Amino acid sequence: MIETMLQVSFTLFGVAIVIALYRIIFGPSLPDRVIALDMIGVNLITAIAIVSVILDTKAFFDVILILAVLAFISTIAFSKFIEKGGVIIERKRDD
Amino acid sequence: MKTNNVILRAVVKLVVFIILTLAVYLFLSGHHSPGGGFIGGLVVAAALVLLFVSFDIETVRGAIPFDFKKVAALGAFISVTTGFGSLLFGEPFLSQTFAYFDLPFFGETELTTVTIFEAGVALVVVGVVVTIILSIVEDV
Repeated sequence: MIETMLQVSFTLFGVAIVIALYRIIFGPSLPDRVIALDMIGVNLITAIAIVSVILDTKAFFDVILILAVLAFISTIAFSKFIEKGGVIIERKRDD
Repeated sequence: MKTNNVILRAVVKLVVFIILTLAVYLFLSGHHSPGGGFIGGLVVAAALVLLFVSFDIETVRGAIPFDFKKVAALGAFISVTTGFGSLLFGEPFLSQTFAYFDLPFFGETELTTVTIFEAGVALVVVGVVVTIILSIVEDV
């Protein structure tokens, strides 16, 4: 029973990633694409958690932590890209 | 337009230390489980990039006054030196050894010479990644 639930939820997370990929490719505006990228990161984290439950191992927990860190940094960088228009790392900030 | 970055900077000041703690954990777990000097150095570089993104280059350079090219060179020197250390005992180049010690706080601990080599690798990775990113940025 729990095996079936895990596999169904894993498949559904894959479907969600495909839907977010559609939003990245055909998304009308830049914020749509950025939020879809962040959504792919979160879905990947949950999918890896499900994989580690299915395989009954703790080896993938480091992967979850590093993916969370990289998703956080990339979201901040993309937000700054939208806000400042190209300049992500400034030499001397003006505010 | 004047932007307001108070929330971002308050969060980043806390999150950077969480990321650095993760980097230390990854570095120390590298002997028997996933991790090691390379990925630990990459996570430290990610924390530095997060600082560079949310603040600016001159502020972070004032707080962390390292020349990252010299950090990379120091790391390469440490790694190669541990490789030559095995030649003193008649072993081939880059041979590693380990032993168990009774430390006062940690109990019985496995200490290896791989850790010194991995520290050099971590320094190389931090120096090279930060140098690449800063070079790309300053070219604009």
